[in-house]
Amino acid sequence: MSAEVGRRSKRSASPSFRPRLPNTRAVSLSLYVVRRVLWMIPVIFFVVLITFVLMHLAPGSPWDKGGGRQLSQSVVRNLNIKYGLDKPVWQQFLLYVWNAAHFDFGLSYQYEGKTVASLILGGWPYTFTIGALAFCLVVPIGIGLGVLAALRQNTRTDYLTMTFATFGASFPNFVVGMLMIIVFGVLAYNVSGGNVSLPVTGFGLDDHLIMPVITLALLPTAYIARLTRASTLDTLRQEYVRTAWAKGLSERLVVLRHILRNSLIPVATALGPTFALLITGSVIVETVFAIPGIGRSFVTAVESRDYPMILGTTILFSVVIALANLVVDILYVFIDPRVRLD
Amino acid sequence: MASAVAVPSQLIDWEQPEQIGLWGDAWARFRRNRLAVIGLTIVVLLILDALLAPALVHFGLLIDPLTQDVTHIEVGPGRFGHLLGTDELGRDTLTRLMYGARISLSIGIFVQAIVLVIGGTIGLTAGYVGGRVDNLLMRFTDIWYAFPDLIFVLVLVSVFGPSLLSIFGAIGIVNWVSLARLVRGQVLAIKEKEYVEAARATGSRPLKIVLRHLVPNSLGPIIVTLTFGVPQAIFLEATLSFIGVGIQPPTPTWGQMVNDGYQAVFANPSSVVFPSLAIGLTMLAFTFIGDGLRDALDPRMRR
Amino acid sequence: MSDALLRVQDLHTQFQTSRGLVRAVDGVTLEVRSGEIVGVVGESGCGKTMTALSILRLLPDPGRIVSGKIMFRDVDVTAMSQEEVQDFRGRDVAMIFQDPMTSLNPVTRVGNQIEEAMTAHNKFDVNAARVRVLDLLDRVSVPESKKRVRNYPHQFSGGMRQRAMIAMGIANEPALIIADEPTTALDVTVQAQIIELLKQLNREMGTAIMLITHNMALVASLCQRVVVMYAGRVVEEGPVEQIFTSPQHPYTWSLLRSVPRVDRERRDRLISIEGLPPDLARLPPGCKFHPRCPFAVQRCREEEPPLADVAPDQMARCWVLMRNVADDSEPMVRLRANAPGQGATGD
Repeated sequence: MSAEVGRRSKRSASPSFRPRLPNTRAVSLSLYVVRRVLWMIPVIFFVVLITFVLMHLAPGSPWDKGGGRQLSQSVVRNLNIKYGLDKPVWQQFLLYVWNAAHFDFGLSYQYEGKTVASLILGGWPYTFTIGALAFCLVVPIGIGLGVLAALRQNTRTDYLTMTFATFGASFPNFVVGMLMIIVFGVLAYNVSGGNVSLPVTGFGLDDHLIMPVITLALLPTAYIARLTRASTLDTLRQEYVRTAWAKGLSERLVVLRHILRNSLIPVATALGPTFALLITGSVIVETVFAIPGIGRSFVTAVESRDYPMILGTTILFSVVIALANLVVDILYVFIDPRVRLD
Repeated sequence: MASAVAVPSQLIDWEQPEQIGLWGDAWARFRRNRLAVIGLTIVVLLILDALLAPALVHFGLLIDPLTQDVTHIEVGPGRFGHLLGTDELGRDTLTRLMYGARISLSIGIFVQAIVLVIGGTIGLTAGYVGGRVDNLLMRFTDIWYAFPDLIFVLVLVSVFGPSLLSIFGAIGIVNWVSLARLVRGQVLAIKEKEYVEAARATGSRPLKIVLRHLVPNSLGPIIVTLTFGVPQAIFLEATLSFIGVGIQPPTPTWGQMVNDGYQAVFANPSSVVFPSLAIGLTMLAFTFIGDGLRDALDPRMRR
Repeated sequence: MSDALLRVQDLHTQFQTSRGLVRAVDGVTLEVRSGEIVGVVGESGCGKTMTALSILRLLPDPGRIVSGKIMFRDVDVTAMSQEEVQDFRGRDVAMIFQDPMTSLNPVTRVGNQIEEAMTAHNKFDVNAARVRVLDLLDRVSVPESKKRVRNYPHQFSGGMRQRAMIAMGIANEPALIIADEPTTALDVTVQAQIIELLKQLNREMGTAIMLITHNMALVASLCQRVVVMYAGRVVEEGPVEQIFTSPQHPYTWSLLRSVPRVDRERRDRLISIEGLPPDLARLPPGCKFHPRCPFAVQRCREEEPPLADVAPDQMARCWVLMRNVADDSEPMVRLRANAPGQGATGD
């Protein structure tokens, strides 16, 4: 199909002629990516807007520290000027957006003199390590269990794996975390006379990681396992699987090329929400295991009404999740050829 | 042998297949799912417990959850007349657990009611009106979906304070999206069907038609979605309580009890175990019921 | 006549379900000779598809071949090991299914799916394989084969998809193709094209075809012999012309009468067969068709008739014989005087 470039078409008779791009899938794909990326912008904007508005609805001012220590009026006024809180709300908002685009999220109320950005950056390595490790567990184990359960439907393997998945999805991660602490921290210590146990708090690139990562990974793994099983069962019912057998293909080929290739497509779309689960999960896991990551900073910010910190962290989380969803959406186009790009 | 003229014989009514209604069939299939039945039993017991607990206290069968037995702080289960032990203020664990069920169940029910109202309305409007309104609402839904649920709930609670109302509202507000999408999908599917056109041709108001067909068709998936939403809501409330920004003491909630127990986990581990089990079992029960309902109502699984 | 290529002998295939034991195939014996086109007809649920699936050992759980033999040349398919069966499928006997949209993997290119059928049984180098795939697509008359090879199934039309399925089927030049309702999901005009294609393949490649269908008109245009099934058993079989002009089993007769025909006068009413197909888990005693049979007599209710010769080269499973069907008057029936197997009809 030939591409008609604008220049040539100007000579044509029709006055409202638009230059046409070649109608290939590559072009549709690029347009799709661009559209999706552009769509992220209003989403983030509204997230910031809504959260910002909420912060400002909060009763009381940030200077009302609990414990009855009231600051004097002049001090309050100076602080307000310093933090820009004396301007009208919409101005504050625009100012905030401007700063945020430059990665300046203001100063934390809790920690004198520290910027929100620096606090986030400080916590980032911890959160990322645990999250990445958990992700590396979730995907292979979740998918593996799900496929296994589906291929051996209604056998003991199926019931065992799905029971595990259901339990994993039903006990909140703080519960799991604490039960693990009790069993592998306290009990193991008591039973083995102090020899064998896992460290229960803090961070370290060693066995400190075991319990937090497992706790964080549990719920997403269970979710992916259930989803994979359902999707694989659905695929197994499809006629093209029967066609594959009828062609005389070996079990390995049928499973790989026909069953998995199709059943993993819905699972890929679930990776976006999985990512979100990992992020929200990190909030709790870091609290339970006292890991100095962004999640825990968020919790302490909520507890002490540190609004810039709350706002900054919320935006960060939302952006990261939106990015993850974007990546998944784009990847999806590559794995499923039936998708229409308009 | 003489030829006979054929005479069609009486039709022998051999084994007319039984026609069962959808709901009866679904109930039968639900009942066959052992896990779902167990789940249902647990939930029924919880409801009974929630309703009867104050009465039991009134009649002296159960210790008041607010009473502090200061001589017996943090004792283990089965000692000094406290079946499951006491917490750090000497309050009886068993009764606090039973009272905690009231909160958890209320969260489950009221939050889902909020979800139904918000999500249902938005989904119905988007699907029925269509066009730009639909587009707008769906964009709005997408934006809302971008908020991670726990984060947003924490934000809302930090702003509005940890009252019962704000917590119910916050959890409801973050969870209506999937229901809205479901309802919208159902409405769109119904709009496509010919009987809507036919009914309009006879002059019926289209909204009434859609509603009348919507309810029986989508009741199943809606119920399943709401059922799965309950453990989510319970989880969120428990997490809030665990962090300390949930429903405040002295009202006992399971999440709070886990948090309190966590402080004393080395001294008295059982104080963490019991409320954890309560939360987990309740969430499991609703998950089993949800699975059972979904399988029972799935038209493809007819044998 | 050439030797029997496929001989199904007293096949019993059953499903143990929560509603009881379903006898999907209840003592079926049939035969396909080399190069022959045989039609297997019956309504939905009569066991024809299950027979075909049994031949390829493709039964879905909880189906089992309980007894009987399936002789392909001189090997019993039911006794084959898993590896032998995999070799057998697609190479000796190929099957094409009813709905080509759902029978093709939606996320794999059509060319790759055809190539897969070939490489499962033979080693091909990459280029040779591609060339052969194009050749196959040309053979089944898929236009623009070079472009179409890279397409996905959803980019094909219904007729083209079925052609692609057929290309997959003939990829290894099997001796027998089982076609399970190959045209049911297609438009009428396309149906004719597919049937033509099958006829052509049979002529050119000598491939035997077992055509499974509920459509008697298709049988008339394509098949040489026909086997009529009901409730998991064969109730009549014979050459097509003979069966069509003088069906002996009331079910066959009813099937034929329910087909509208251009050459008959318009005064005929189409007769539909009363009643519903039988529940294969709860079959009536005696002849399985008797509840719906217009000619049933007492013996039909009590004793199941065996499959017996009723004319040269024609067998039927009935206590009653039918006459005078060609001219549309009420058919005459005659109870068989002799015990079955003891002689032909003759008045």
